[in-house]
Amino acid sequence: MTHLPYIVAAYALGVIVPAWLGIAAFLRMRDAGRRLATIDPRHRK
Amino acid sequence: MEANSSFGAPRRSLHRFANPGRFLRLTGKILPWLSFGAFFLLAVGLGWGFFGAPADWQQGDAVRIMFVHVPAAQLAMGGYLALALCSLLSIVWRHPLADLAASEISPVGAAFTGLCLATGSIWGRPMWGTWWTWDARLTSVLILFFLYLGHVALTRAFDDPERGYRAGAILSLVGVVNVPIIKFSVDWWNTLHQPASISLTGAPSLHVSLLLPLLVASLGYACAFAAIVIARTRAAVMERRVRALLLTHAKEAA
Repeated sequence: MTHLPYIVAAYALGVIVPAWLGIAAFLRMRDAGRRLATIDPRHRK
Repeated sequence: MEANSSFGAPRRSLHRFANPGRFLRLTGKILPWLSFGAFFLLAVGLGWGFFGAPADWQQGDAVRIMFVHVPAAQLAMGGYLALALCSLLSIVWRHPLADLAASEISPVGAAFTGLCLATGSIWGRPMWGTWWTWDARLTSVLILFFLYLGHVALTRAFDDPERGYRAGAILSLVGVVNVPIIKFSVDWWNTLHQPASISLTGAPSLHVSLLLPLLVASLGYACAFAAIVIARTRAAVMERRVRALLLTHAKEAA
């Protein structure tokens, strides 16, 4: 395969950037949900 | 009266989705499916692009960078249009969730624009012999990146969040003029960047063996973008609710 280091670098960025954003968003959402559940009884399931 | 009622109709239908409880319930059902769809489509699209798609007769295997670069570019522009739409909803109809959605779109849009610029640079080095050139397409995308960063900075620059949202909305509406410039820069100027391979009006210039994995990867990245923005907006809605409740409790205690 030609230009393999360039292709691998582009794919690594293409996986790491969305994964990092997605994990950060999920953790923020989980923390906000927990904080809300402690003070708002309606939010508890 | 008629003019008022016709103006109020879209406003009422838009505000149906502005209720934070309804938004949290609706997105709570959509988000797992969207996340799963993004994961599945990205795995298939990127795997197909890396292992299954043929090499280009001219570019060789470097053409595989397209499966990351093109969806990132599409979402950089699509995300900005979504940001401008939220800004319009915020300024014209005062939609309560539009400000929050706009402030959550801009960091994600900036990240995807950065991804587009970085993968474009990585693709340009073996094809053009340079990491960067002040070409019309590249420069206009760099301006888009700065517009996103400007929106992020403006919305966080004021003590009163409402003023930050207003300033960010104005910036994003002014900056939307850059989107057609990006789109048509390869037609209007003699650029090093190649013309569009896919258009809404004409037949694609890509062979189907490259086009299909590109469409799957594009759909996967679009689902990922939407899932990230929805998750961040859900978090912002809950954080705002927590702040409001804490303020109410503090006032009651005082």
